[in-house]
Parts: sequence; structure tokens; C-alpha cells
Amino acid sequence: MDLDLDEDAARFRDEARAWLKDNVPDQPLASFDTVEGFAQHQEWEAKLADARWSVVSWPAEFGGRDASLLHWVLFEEEYYASGAPGRVNQNGIFMLAPTLFSHGTPEQRQRILPPMARSEQVWAQAWSEPEAGSDIAALRSTAKRADGGWVLSGQKTWSSRAAFADNAFGLFRSDPEGKRHKGLTYFMFPLRAAGVRVRPIPQLDGEPGFAEIFLDDVFVPDEDVIGEPHEGWRVAMTTANNERGLSLRSPGRFLAAADRLVAEWSRTRDPALAERVADAWIGARAYQLYTFGTVTRLAEGGQLGPESSVNKLFWSQLDVALHETALDLLGPEAETDTAWTGGWLFSLAGPIYGGTDQIQRNTVAERLLGLPRGDR
Amino acid sequence: MRFALSPEQTGFGASINALLSDVDVDAAARAWAAGEPGPGLKIWRGLAELGVTALAVPERFDGLAATPVDVVVAFEQLGYHAIPGPWVDTVAVLPALLDDEVLAGVAAGETLASIVFAPHVPFALDAEVAHARILVDGNVLHAFEPSRSLSSVDPVRRLSEVTTGEQMGPAHDVASAFESGVLATAAQLLGAGRWLLDTSVAYAKQRKQYGKEIGQYQAVKHLLADVATRLEFARPLLHAAAVTMAPRDVSAAKVAAGQAAYLAARTGLQVHGAIGYTAEYPLGLRLTKVRALVAAWGTAAWHRGRVLGR
Repeated sequence: MDLDLDEDAARFRDEARAWLKDNVPDQPLASFDTVEGFAQHQEWEAKLADARWSVVSWPAEFGGRDASLLHWVLFEEEYYASGAPGRVNQNGIFMLAPTLFSHGTPEQRQRILPPMARSEQVWAQAWSEPEAGSDIAALRSTAKRADGGWVLSGQKTWSSRAAFADNAFGLFRSDPEGKRHKGLTYFMFPLRAAGVRVRPIPQLDGEPGFAEIFLDDVFVPDEDVIGEPHEGWRVAMTTANNERGLSLRSPGRFLAAADRLVAEWSRTRDPALAERVADAWIGARAYQLYTFGTVTRLAEGGQLGPESSVNKLFWSQLDVALHETALDLLGPEAETDTAWTGGWLFSLAGPIYGGTDQIQRNTVAERLLGLPRGDR
Repeated sequence: MRFALSPEQTGFGASINALLSDVDVDAAARAWAAGEPGPGLKIWRGLAELGVTALAVPERFDGLAATPVDVVVAFEQLGYHAIPGPWVDTVAVLPALLDDEVLAGVAAGETLASIVFAPHVPFALDAEVAHARILVDGNVLHAFEPSRSLSSVDPVRRLSEVTTGEQMGPAHDVASAFESGVLATAAQLLGAGRWLLDTSVAYAKQRKQYGKEIGQYQAVKHLLADVATRLEFARPLLHAAAVTMAPRDVSAAKVAAGQAAYLAARTGLQVHGAIGYTAEYPLGLRLTKVRALVAAWGTAAWHRGRVLGR
């Protein structure tokens, strides 16, 4: 058992650190949920891609570096420690791309991934529906067979990035006889096409971070189905595991923020907040180490099972506690437009998206602890 | 980087678990609390045969010179089974305090130690069964004699105040002795927390109310899921602290293991209900031990201070 980086890993980390130091913008970009900020973030992503830092874990032929899981984690730590911008295309890079690597065709990968790596094409997720939130299998949007493809109809909601993104991905009921998880198909579909209407929804910060998507007989060709028709649930589980598990909430986010929190606290050393500041740092360090453990397990052939629910439960609560502590530390200034205030608003979404904390607790209790399944 | 236990370490933990699952540790603990250490000392010798008492002892005193990670693996099991006796003092702390033939007796399982480490460990644990009674004052070691007996919230921990005796000379490595004591205590907390979770899950699967196993109810499920999450995230802190032995990591591990174990204790009691509140049921042995260990070898507040770089 060790925490040592071999020469290769240390060199990779140093290269990332040096590049980020030279290239991360001095001033924070505008929110990527604004027209101006969205364009700024696309520009930043192109710059990352030019230096092959946008998708380090992908194969080189798609713009990546074939980075191992450990190298990817090291990159993420450096990325967030450097204060680099948020990732406008994270739905694509960290949710759709892993699904394409597992279930996509070579043609799909060739067509979709290179423009995703440069964020020339930005992707939104389209999981939830008005009547299908935690219970995604209750979804009602339909896909009907047509010549050479499918016709999609229905309504998706809470679609992150859909206000400005080019495309989206999600599940549709393709077999009207299919019940619940059966008879669903996984589609990629355009957001700027005939029959698609996107209604942006302002979030708590006032910016349209998500949107409703109305689909009215939207034709999608067969080549935009991922996996086999009617097998969408199984395909989507790959994506869900990626979102809830390692990928979306990289360890670097929390330790970098916790280090900033400790530094902020050290200016006054307010004893009333010492406990919460220390606990935030301890939680962030625990998250980093847990990730190193997961990386080791996966490198040795293990799977991401119900542990990804443990993982999500932990970070979603850590992120809220960390930001609440920062706001209490800032005092009256916390009400103003500080970086911590924006971060706090963002953290509040964590216990909801990607499966609420309550759903995660059910998963942990039933699949990790083996408690009997009961009524919801 | 390989941040996982080796197969040998996992196997070592499993063999300790197997040995302790075969003996009635709870009965030994109750006897120990009543001042009859015989059954507990028999378990001590059994564990010595497995090599547990020799772990941190250097090879020149017939020890195994094992790593702190091995020590943590062993203490997690000792905590799981809530074993009685001055294990932290003897097996984790003493080998770093002394460079002396006494350690050969520790390795053989014949010598037990009781250590007072002011200010964080002001009372002697199990001094009446200890052959080596040592008080650490700065960098200097003294002998001590137990004076007034104290009653611990965990009656299995037999505590006493002490009278300082003659000076024994300088400590070998006082800093490392202290960190080892903290780490072994944290490992016991994690183990006790795991036992509390396992036992509460098993109970929730068989106890029925309103016609259903109580483990079907989300109110119960969610409590237990939170405990599992806390314990899962305490373990890597413990392992990393054993790898780095950095005071900040050691303190982080102690705080997190204490929080997780205490949550496991409170939740375990709540899931069990009144049966858990009885002296007869074994849950209480862990619940009170967890409370005692949370304050032993540095309080949570003191360790948080180290995390923040006091």
C-alpha cells in the first residue's frame, strides 16, 4: 500500500501543472449559462483541446492522451487547484463519451467525439421528464419507427446546458408494450432542428442552466441510436455509473476548495468555525484517498458497483457543508456576489441531480448492505 | 501508486478475525471488567501466536518489524471484536518508546504495558495487569504506580490515576509512539463501527414490526446507509495515515473514525431499540467503548486543531 507517484505519473502531473499555470485565464470567465460565457468557455475548451488537455482519458485518435485512471485523477486535481474554468461540455465528455466507448459504433465515435473534444459541439443531458424524476423508468416520451430511423415526441426537462447546447442524449419509449425499464432506446438528437423547441429555465442564480425540451415528431436516423433498440436502460446505466461515480465530481474540486477554505479561516482563526473547517478539509482528503482506492481497484479489474452511490452521497454532502462553512466564515460579505456564494448555490443541486441522496441511500442499503427491497 | 491492502495484509486481518470469532470475546470482556483477566489473557496469548504482539517490535528483539499499515489492519480487527486489555499501549506505543530487551517479552505475548502520555492520556489503562508501567513526560520516561481507581464509561477499560515514580531515561521516539497510539485507537474505532453496522443490518433483516422486516422501511435504511458511507470514507484516511504517518493525516483519521464509529453506535442503538439498551446485549460493549475511545489519545477538538495547522 503506497501513495507514491512513479516517474511517469509525476512527469504527467508536472506537465499539466506547468501548462495550466501558463494558460488559465487570470480573470474568471462569465457563467457558461450565459450567451457570452458559453462562447468564452467554448473558446477555452478549444485551447485545452489544442494542447490535448480537454479529454486526457480518451484514446489519442480522438484527441486524448490515453491517460490511465490515475493520470486522469492527477490531471483533475491540478485542473481544479489551478482555478481553471468549469467544463461546459461535461455532459458530453464525462457522460455521453463513456457510453459511446462502451456501446457506440466506430462510425459514431468517429463522427461524435472529435467535435466534442473541442466543444465545437456541446451536449446537454435529457434524462428527466415532468412525470419522471427519480423514477426515470416512468418516462413517457416516445420513439416511433420510421423509414431509416425514428420519430421522437414528448417532453424532457431539467436538461443541463440545453439552453445553448447543440445536441442532447436521453431515453425514449420505443416499444409501447414495454413496461418500465424494458422497451426504452437511447438516442442522440439535435436541439436546433425542426420540431424541437427549447425553453430555457432560469436557475437559482438567475441563469438558464437547464431547459425544457419539447419534441414534436423529430426525425432521428438509425445511426443516432446507441446500442440496440429497446436496450436503452442497460446502455444508460453505463452513463449513470459514470455520473454518480468517479467522473463528474473529480476529487480535485473538493481538496482545492478545502485548501482555500482553510487559508480563508487562517486569517482570523475564528474558534467557532474551527470544527466545521477542519471537517471540510478532512472530508475532502477522505474523498481524494477514496478515489485513489477506487482507481487501484478498477486498475486491478474491479467494477464500479453500488460504491458509486456511497461516493455520490459523500461528495454531495461534503460540497454543501464546505460551501456553507465558507459562507459563515465570510459573514455579511457572503450575501454579496462572491465566488463562494456562487459555489454554494451550485452545491445545493448536488444532492438532487444524478439521483437524489434519498435514492442513493436506498441503493446503498439494498445493494451494499443487502437490506430487503421495500415500498418506495 | 497502489492504494489498497496487499493480499497478505487482507489475509492477516482475516486470520485475526477467524481466531476471535472462535472465542467468546464478549464473555472475556465482561470478566475483564469484573477484575478477572484470565480469559482475556488467554486470548492475548492466542493473538501473540498469530504474531499480533510482535508486529511493531524490531527484529533484534524477535519482532516482525511490520509496517504501520499492518498494525492498522490488526487493530481494526481488535476493535471489531472489542477485545479487552491494554493493546494500544503494549503493541502500538511501547515498541516506539523503548529500544530495550523488554520488547522481546512484548513480542512473545508475555509482557503487557500501561502507558500514561500526558496530557492526552492522563489515566493508566489496565495498570494492574501491566508489567511495564511507563509515564511519558516530554521526552523522558518515568515509572508509575496506580493510585486511585477510576470508573470508565466502558467498564472493560480499567482506569486509574497514577503516582510518578523514578526516572527511566529518555524515550526512544516519543513522537512516533504518540502517532502510533492515535492511529491504533482510530483503527479500533473503525473496527467497532463496522461491527455495529454489521450487527444492526443483521438485526434489521430479521426484526419484524407492522408485519415487515424493519430493514424494508426507508427510515431505517437511510440511517444505515449514512453509517456505511461514513465508515467507507474513514478507512482510506486511516490507511493513508499509516502510509505517511504525517500528524495531519493521523489526526484526520482519528477524527473521521471517531465520528463514523459514534454515528454507528447511536444508529445501532436506535435500530435495535430497547434490546440494545440492555447490559446483557453485546451492543452496549461497543457503544461505551466507542465513546471512551473518541476521547482517548487526543480529543476530536485537539486533532482538528492539528488538521488546521495549529
